[in-house]
Amino acid sequence: MPAVSKGDGMRGLAVFISDIRNCKSKEAEIKRINKELANIRSKFKGDKALDGYSKKKYVCKLLFIFLLGHDIDFGHMEAVNLLSSNKYTEKQIGYLFISVLVNSNSELIRLINNAIKNDLSSRNPTFMCLALHCIANVGSREMAEAFASEIPRILVAGDTMDSVKQSAALCLLRLYKTSPDLVLMGEWTSRVVHLLNDQHMGVVTAAISLITCLSQKNPDEFKTCVSLAVSRLSRIVSSASTDLQDYTYYFVPAPWLSCKLLRLLQCYPPPEDGAVKGRLVECLETILNKAQEPPKSKKVQHSNAKNAILFEAISLIIHYDSEPNLLVRACNQLGQFLQHRETNLRYLALESMCTLASSEFSHEAVKTHIETVINALKTERDVSVRQRAADLLYAMCDRSNAKQIVAEMLSYLETADYSIREEMVLKVAILAEKYAVDYSWYVDTILNLIRIAGDYVSEEVWYRVIQIVINRDDVQGYAAKTVFEALQAPACHENMVKVGGYILGEFGNLIAGDPRSSPLVQFNLLHSKFHLCSVPTRALLLSAYIKFINLFPETKATIQEVLRCDSQIRNSDVELQQRAVEYLKLSSIASTDVLATVLEEMPPFPERESSILAKLKKKKGPGAVSVTELEDNKREGGELNGGGDRGPDTASTPSPSADLLGIRSAAPVGPAPAGAGSLLVDVFSEAGPAAPSTRRHFYRFVCKNNGVLFENQLLQIGIKSEYRQNLGRMYLFYGNKTSVQFASFMFCVVALLDTWLQLNVQTKQVEPLVEGGAQIQQVLNIECLTDFSDFFQPTEMASNDFFQRWKQLSQPQQEAQKIFKANHSMDTEVLKAKLLGLGTALLDNVDPNPENFVCAGVIQTKSQQVGCLLRLEPNAQAQMYRLTLRCSKDSVSKRLCELLAQQF
Amino acid sequence: MMRFLLLFSRQGKLRLQKWFTPISEREKKKIIRDMTNMVLARQPRSCNFLDWKDLKIIYKRYASLYFCLAIENQENELLALEIIHRYVELLDKYFGNVCELDIIFNFEKAYFILDEFIIGGEVQETSKQIVNRSIEASDMLQEFQVGASTDTSPMSE
Repeated sequence: MPAVSKGDGMRGLAVFISDIRNCKSKEAEIKRINKELANIRSKFKGDKALDGYSKKKYVCKLLFIFLLGHDIDFGHMEAVNLLSSNKYTEKQIGYLFISVLVNSNSELIRLINNAIKNDLSSRNPTFMCLALHCIANVGSREMAEAFASEIPRILVAGDTMDSVKQSAALCLLRLYKTSPDLVLMGEWTSRVVHLLNDQHMGVVTAAISLITCLSQKNPDEFKTCVSLAVSRLSRIVSSASTDLQDYTYYFVPAPWLSCKLLRLLQCYPPPEDGAVKGRLVECLETILNKAQEPPKSKKVQHSNAKNAILFEAISLIIHYDSEPNLLVRACNQLGQFLQHRETNLRYLALESMCTLASSEFSHEAVKTHIETVINALKTERDVSVRQRAADLLYAMCDRSNAKQIVAEMLSYLETADYSIREEMVLKVAILAEKYAVDYSWYVDTILNLIRIAGDYVSEEVWYRVIQIVINRDDVQGYAAKTVFEALQAPACHENMVKVGGYILGEFGNLIAGDPRSSPLVQFNLLHSKFHLCSVPTRALLLSAYIKFINLFPETKATIQEVLRCDSQIRNSDVELQQRAVEYLKLSSIASTDVLATVLEEMPPFPERESSILAKLKKKKGPGAVSVTELEDNKREGGELNGGGDRGPDTASTPSPSADLLGIRSAAPVGPAPAGAGSLLVDVFSEAGPAAPSTRRHFYRFVCKNNGVLFENQLLQIGIKSEYRQNLGRMYLFYGNKTSVQFASFMFCVVALLDTWLQLNVQTKQVEPLVEGGAQIQQVLNIECLTDFSDFFQPTEMASNDFFQRWKQLSQPQQEAQKIFKANHSMDTEVLKAKLLGLGTALLDNVDPNPENFVCAGVIQTKSQQVGCLLRLEPNAQAQMYRLTLRCSKDSVSKRLCELLAQQF
Repeated sequence: MMRFLLLFSRQGKLRLQKWFTPISEREKKKIIRDMTNMVLARQPRSCNFLDWKDLKIIYKRYASLYFCLAIENQENELLALEIIHRYVELLDKYFGNVCELDIIFNFEKAYFILDEFIIGGEVQETSKQIVNRSIEASDMLQEFQVGASTDTSPMSE
């Protein structure tokens, strides 16, 4: 036990802790704890009222036991009692227990909130701080409800002590993060912003975190903070290291505050006011200059603090991306760090340069460091630094250095850590494809990739090389020759066999003239790998063999022999057996013409987004792809994030019911599930439980007017719809995907009339027969009696009209708002297309923030028109949206808001 | 903002845990396990930063204790290292040559000091003097009150 125990030592606690430490085994520890728990329980239950000290001590012991990782299911009440003790020490332990162990037991929360309320109004700063710390530590919604309106008052009141202000600012921030809807700054905004001018540096340091967060969410309301932040920063940057007394940290003036100021400025574009901007540029230059000065101390804390500011300044420079001079200086500074002896600095410099590489102003400057970065990839001892080096090489790659970078990455792969191999493979594959000038280089690279790191080459990568080879006839001969050579290796990776099988099956004829790669040699080579491969690869090889029979009639006998042997034709795997049987039969009975048609060369694949790029994005999140890359893809016309709109998987299981339309073959339609919206659709199934997939398909059509509504192996249902005012026409296409006839085919389209959503639907019955492979059409005429979102008519209006109408619709029930996480791409073009697809007019230049979207439209129904205004505010950083709707009819806002929130 | 701070020994024994956002107990245990495994496996003289999920992990060893701080992605790594250092300084100033045992036996104090320094995952006060003064002030308050109350029997077990 340590001799020193400050404050009020709780001897009983110290003894208990020593006992636990002396336990020789886990069992002994548990035994000791159980003994203690029994003791505490009996004390708490005992008749004798416990004094404050004992209560505090036992609560503290419980806390210790909990922190050891054991469950605690009592003592909460005693802790709550401590909160209202007027002894500071007891109160403090009570609050600590609550902060660590609170659960959402509503009864307790009420009591806790009561105690907090008392302390907040006590005007005793120490008590107030304790209460604020507790709110910030727990940060629950109940607490936000109770205190969100009180805390801003404390924060800006003139007579509040500095320490309380600091706690209040951060406490409010915490509540804002849990329940932004409850924290309304409104009237306090300007006084909160002016905390940036507070004399007390601690108050500024705390308040700026709050201001930064609020600015991110409401940049307009807080934009006056920019000039205040610049002048505060400028005062700090130009101050001598002793001016700020205790806020100087190892000779660096106020590093925390400086970084936070620079971070706040990153919420805004460069200042428009020339004087403010000039002052800021001066600050940034001073920071860059200071980095060149000799250090004032040898301590690592000094250089860390100084460089923390430097990196934050560089982040701001990159964020502005408008000052070529500063960008290049930043790049040179980072270049120096690349060779620094501190690993941390090398790591951060590599990381920071990745973002510089995507700026057009500094891309070239970054490229000059290529040798250093390659060297880092080869020699760094720490894998996380090597990973950053690989990232940077990827980011700085362009046509001019692609060959060098790809070669370096390939050679690094031979020894790369397992943890980063898969990502490296993807990156090499992407760069090779993106910057391929001659495709033989591309093929070489990918085959090398498979040779070096075959296990990490995912399907996407080898599918892609096949797609490219099939689409480009200038590389086919080379590809055939190269895989043939690669397959000569005694041990080659299964992925190589797959690529080899596919390519030789398609293009083996291109190298068959050479006796060293005659058809039979090719076949024998492939077949020598057969027995070592997994079932899917064998299946692929069997297909390659039947293609060989078509390409080279002279191999027919040999291959038939192989197919005929028991291990193929009686294989226990159904797929392999089936292929063997069918191919054998096909080769024996089909004429050469038929064979040639069936086994024709694969047609080119439709051009689309590189599947590997999609995979990398999926792996790393949307931020992983550099700006240049995104632009490149747009130029090439590739749709980047089409994932959400892709047709349903052909293998999708039949799902019985959905909101919009109900179709079921033969069986009558049952009653709609309770609360299931408007129309019921039941789709072709054995009436399994309601699966969400068709419903999801339905929601796709909120912003789209045609597509596939449902698809399984037997049936595809397409939908196409058009709307004018309150009338709509919907075409349903039923495609029979099988080769047999569907008899007594019947579709019931049933409209269930909901109380507010009313549609008149008229249908014509369809023919009861659907021939195999045929498609029939059914027309539905729809009349909208009340409101329904597809009956939108766009309304164009000017900015002031919009705001005037927006204000007119200010009753609370007319507005509906929802904040939600993005489910799909946040790409501007995709969003625009969706909003237009909805039928509203997209209004430009209305919202002061160009990131936001503003739309207007009218819903036409038979009896009335409902005007709707919409505002969508994407926050790309948080991957969130805020959607606000104001409609002239109350229920519409809410319904539309819910419906649309699922679309983005 | 900061998400959590963990202090653990070289043997992987957890000495202090502070969570700045609500997390279930199960998730906490998993994170603690991940952190100790990851950090203890690092080679000496590696850099002090790790990527973990969508967070950055900043860690540093002081004597027998590892301090491991998780920050959000856009936060400043070097400054996070200095947050750790400042906390160590605060502990050191309070305990006088702080060691692992001080934190084990006075864990509640370690929490109080942390609360004065950081609230809700953001730095509240960076001045060492001010933080120390307020900790000392509350100690004074405690001693005064404990001294004043005569009805307590510290030996009762």
